[in-house]
Order: sequence, then C-alpha cells, then structure tokens
Amino acid sequence: MRAYLPDYELKTPANLNEALRLLANEPGVWQPFAGGTDLMVLLEAGKLAHKHFVSLWGLPELRGIEIGDDAVTIGAMTTYTQIQRHAVLREEFPMLCEAASLTGAVAIQNRGTIGGNIANASPAADSLPALLVYEAELELISTAGARRVAYRDFHTGYKTTVMREDELIRAVRLPRATAGWRQHLRKVGTRKAQAISKVCIAAMARLDGDIIREARIAYGSVAPVPVRVWNTEALLKDQKIDSATINAAQAELLKELKPIDDVRSSADYRLQVAANLLEAYLGRLKNE
Amino acid sequence: MAIGKISIGFTVNNEPQVIQAWPMARLLDVLREELHLTGTKEGCGEGECGACSVFLNGELVNSCLIPAAQAAGATITTIEGVANGEQLNAVQQAFIENGGAQCGICTPGMILAAISLLERNPQPSEEDIRNGLAGNLCRCTGYMKIFDSVIRACQENN
Repeated sequence: MRAYLPDYELKTPANLNEALRLLANEPGVWQPFAGGTDLMVLLEAGKLAHKHFVSLWGLPELRGIEIGDDAVTIGAMTTYTQIQRHAVLREEFPMLCEAASLTGAVAIQNRGTIGGNIANASPAADSLPALLVYEAELELISTAGARRVAYRDFHTGYKTTVMREDELIRAVRLPRATAGWRQHLRKVGTRKAQAISKVCIAAMARLDGDIIREARIAYGSVAPVPVRVWNTEALLKDQKIDSATINAAQAELLKELKPIDDVRSSADYRLQVAANLLEAYLGRLKNE
Repeated sequence: MAIGKISIGFTVNNEPQVIQAWPMARLLDVLREELHLTGTKEGCGEGECGACSVFLNGELVNSCLIPAAQAAGATITTIEGVANGEQLNAVQQAFIENGGAQCGICTPGMILAAISLLERNPQPSEEDIRNGLAGNLCRCTGYMKIFDSVIRACQENN
C-alpha cells in the first residue's frame, strides 16, 4: 500500500550547519535524504519506516570533486553522472566511473549520489566494491567536528555502519595511487541497464611480468556487506599467473564468500559466478 | 508531529507556478494532479521504466522519484513543453513519421530520453542510442521503430 504522505516530512536546510544542527538537536528523529532513488521507491511501496528526513541534495558543501596532490575528494552529493564525466576520475579511477555507468540508467545516474549509495549501505551497490579496492576514506561530519574513517571499517553488518545518528558523510577520499595497477570491474545482473547486481567484482593488481606483486579484489552482493577477499589476495601475492594459481585462488575465494539465496539469485549461482569472474580477471591479466 | 503542506514555487514549461504539496509528494503526481500535465505517465512507480521522465534543471530524471520539496525553485520541462508552439521537436516529428509510438504510454519518456541523448551526443551510434534509452521500457516492445525514430531525428538535426 502507498505511504500516507501527511506523515512524512522532508526539510530543506539552507546550509550544511543547519542540517547538522537538526541531526544533533533531535537525535534519531531526522535521517538524511540524498537523491531519493532508493528512499522514494520504499515510500511508494509503503515501506519507508522512518518519517522525518533532511534533504541534502541542494547543499553546496557536499558537492564538487577536488583534485589534491595525494587524493581526490568527492563530495557526498556528487552524482553518478558527474563521476562518469570527470576527466581525472576516468583516467585514474576507471572502476568507479564504470560502476557509475552501470548503476540504473541515465535518469537514475542524474540523481543517485555516491554518498547516498554508501550511506544506504546495500551490499548490492555497484560503486562500493570499487571504493574498497581503492582503499577509500570517508570524511564524516557532525556539529562535533569531522573525522575520517577507512571505508573498509565503515560497514558493520547488513545495512548498519559506524556512522552516528548526528553524522553525515561529507566526502569520499580516494588516494591517487593507482598508476601501474591493472583495474577491472564487472557486474552481472539480469540485464545490462537498471538491474540490481547478482554479483559485482572490482579488482586491481600490480604485476611484474607475469608475477602478481599485489592484488586487491572486492565483491558486491555476496555477503551482508561489500567485501574484500583478503585470503584470496594473500594467496595471489608474488605468484605467477598460471592455471594452478587461478585454480587455487578460486578455491580460496569459495571459502571466503557467504552469499545468500534471495529474489535476485541463489547462493550457489552467486558462488559460481564469483569464481568465474575471478578466473576471467586473472586470465585477462595473463593474456594482456 | 503535525506536518503541513508546503508552498513550492517552480517553473514548468516556461511558466512560473506555485503549488501546495506534501513535502514528500512525488513530482509525478504534482505535475499530473495539480498542474494537469498528464503527458507525464506513471508506469512502474519505482524508477525502472522511464515513463515518468521529465527534465529537472535540464537533466533527465524519473519524476516518480523526486519529492516535491526537492523540486522547489527548479526549472522543469515535461513532454508538453518540448514543442515550440505548433512546431514539433525533431524527435517528436520523427516518432510520428517512423511509427515510434504504439500504445503511447512510454512515448513521452522515450522522446525526452532521446532529446536528452541528442543534446549530449548529437551523433550517437546505435549502441549510444540503446544506452541512452536503456532506462525506458516499452511494453509493446516496439524498440526497433523507436531506435529508427531517433536515428531519423539525428539525420533531421543535421
């Protein structure tokens, strides 16, 4: 059943401080509302449990992409369209741009934001595995000040995070350390556009000839949170890429992932696809 | 906590409007029910089908996913606003001439998505067209004639 609209409030603060004061003064009452591409779907389905929201969409303090010497800082309200069009992101962080282009379609990409995607904390979000392998940091902000959290420590369980009720994500910080890494992102869904992932992989590796010096691999939709597969990465370190290495890595991977059966796919299918995606990535590294 | 309707001012198809709406009312419903602009259609109501597409500050959006409060101060163009008086947009004309519309429910969204694509990319490849319209579903499955219409509109634009 549709939501009863008079129950819902959406405040439009004039600036970031006003938004933060609202969150701080009435803890738990207000929740952030970004581009609405997920929350409006819940609203229409009558499943939006929370009733009081603060719109962050128009806040200039949460927008913009800054290029520093060591890091790129992406404001939380940066849209998927803006990410895809940014020259430095395309050059240095192609997995993030690819994930942005695979999320929904044009109209969704014009409204969906990186900060909204992170805070929404869906394990099926397409940009999150890329943030894990880029070793992103999040800048959280509240009336008490700002703090940085390594993105890998952000999710604590299904749709739960370390963010306090009075905090917002101000920005995502990506270290500019991708030169020489071979990057790869692939999403498997029911169709190319709009579909939510069954499995998504983001992987990058640094090679010396056909020896993998370092590999970072993350998956979406195979656990309650987006995950790095640390044991598989460790197994690949300093190994020559050959069929024995690929087989061993796949076996390790299957021990690390804990997918579930749900409406979009089955656990068995997800495991098989996750292993296939790893094989495809490592095979590509070997052949290029 | 009592919550009232809020006053929202915006410009729709070049006309300034002020309406009263619940903050979380869908822009789709505001356009159709308050302003009687029924060219914007509701298909899925969850951002999958593109039938409710409009331009919000020049960008293609699904109006079923825009809360009214976020449309305050915006410039909006609906399908009713893309023709210049009696002069149809080239995309509209091409849809008529190439059988781009069957039942018509997806047509306003398809046309707006095509206009959005051609603004960004006046010479799209067939793949670009498929990507540009990927967020718009046609339940009549008349996709080939829709793609033909967009190709024809590009030729007209040249």
